[in-house]
Amino acid sequence: MAPSPPLSEVSALLCFLLILLVPLAGVGLALINCGLGRARSAAHAMLAALCVTAVAAIVYVIVGFAWQGAAGRPEHVLIVGGKAWGWIAAEPFFLRGLRLDLSPAALVVLLQLFSVGLAGLIPLSSGADRWRLGATCASTALLAGCTYPLFAHWAWGGGWLAQLGANCGLGRGFLDGGGSGAIQVTGGLTALSITWILGPRRGKFSAEGLPAALPGHSAVLVLVGCLFAWIGWIGLNSGGAILFLSVEPARVVLIAVNTTLCAAASGLTTVVVTRVRFGRPDASLSANGWVAGLVASSAAAAFMKPAAAIIVGGVAGIVVPLVADLLEFQLAIDDPGGAISVHAVGGLWGLLAVALLTDAGAPGKSGGQWLAQLVGMATLLGFVLPLSYGLNWLLDRVYPQRVQREGELQGMDLYELGAGAYPEFDIHGDEFLPR
Amino acid sequence: MKLAGFLLLVAGWAIVVSALALLPSAGARTAFALAGMAVELLGLALAVRSHLVLEAEGE
Repeated sequence: MAPSPPLSEVSALLCFLLILLVPLAGVGLALINCGLGRARSAAHAMLAALCVTAVAAIVYVIVGFAWQGAAGRPEHVLIVGGKAWGWIAAEPFFLRGLRLDLSPAALVVLLQLFSVGLAGLIPLSSGADRWRLGATCASTALLAGCTYPLFAHWAWGGGWLAQLGANCGLGRGFLDGGGSGAIQVTGGLTALSITWILGPRRGKFSAEGLPAALPGHSAVLVLVGCLFAWIGWIGLNSGGAILFLSVEPARVVLIAVNTTLCAAASGLTTVVVTRVRFGRPDASLSANGWVAGLVASSAAAAFMKPAAAIIVGGVAGIVVPLVADLLEFQLAIDDPGGAISVHAVGGLWGLLAVALLTDAGAPGKSGGQWLAQLVGMATLLGFVLPLSYGLNWLLDRVYPQRVQREGELQGMDLYELGAGAYPEFDIHGDEFLPR
Repeated sequence: MKLAGFLLLVAGWAIVVSALALLPSAGARTAFALAGMAVELLGLALAVRSHLVLEAEGE
């Protein structure tokens, strides 16, 4: 595939500054994960977030980029029907031979270093209060070293999904500028795999299968996390659009406006939906609605008109609380942080929105854009989910991922770290009652 | 049942990819891609169902 056009010095510098905002999205997700978990696992949640970010960055540098690559750089191709389809990059390990300056490939590495950590943070919220720290790190290594780079190469590194436009005439090929699919859905489907492998928290479901409410310990952390995530997402969507969609840098203003409108519409819609359903707005679900809007904005932010951004966010804000209810009440899936509904479902909606609500398709070929997006979604469900589940299932055979019973009763802080996050706070007696 | 669910997920994806590579007309590609997606959804439903059964047995 043709390399991305070179960036002017000003564009590259702007892109670099935008990428530096991305870690704030990780800060936001870490705070949200921590706040939605129990007080007795709060320090564990934050330490796990740090460890996940660290493992993801190191593994990505060692092997991840070698398999992801960047558009126009060396890759292995399959020839099918006389056309070349890129399936995996052919870069050396440890970033050897890559000059880390303001070139597009180096900026891709920097952005991916942060966004692979972001993808790794997503399953953390699903495994809250029962996922061992060592297993968290090992699972993240599998994500950063295998699952993530493969799909990222296909979507962003000039792989076969990106080539659907040139090879099959499907619009501009699979479009996912800010990572609704490559980051969010990949993380969300890994979260689904983790919840299936770990099983629900002790006491979450009664013998009759009815779920008990196990509320998060700090709505303040959750809501502050949403604000951090918002800033980080503006950087993620803008930097990704410049690097992966080759949009002109002036479009970052539209992207920032759309990202904000999407989150705002989604958050407000969830406030209204929960107000109608429960009589009062639900802070946790509304925060999830806000993040779902950010997630849904990622794929389409560079192409939408502001009115479309409000629609995309509004739909995400309706869908997320409904899916969260479906998972908990009908499917007995214990997802404390709502990662599956927010990141997997929100991300899939964002990918579809590119085709439904934007003019992203190439002139005269826009009819095929929706099929390109559908193929990308099918790849996430049909390849990424089985791969992620299979790798984590194998890991669980070798190194059990769920903490022992005493750990759950005691809390992850005391059991794995030996000290709690809030030592001077009152501890409620029922925290230690066997369930 | 769990294995069957995941096999269906992969099979559905294989249908979608094969349709793109092998079928020349846009209509046939679309039809097969939608059929592949339907197979994937069936596989997802089966995987969800199998985990429901496993958890009920565990209790």
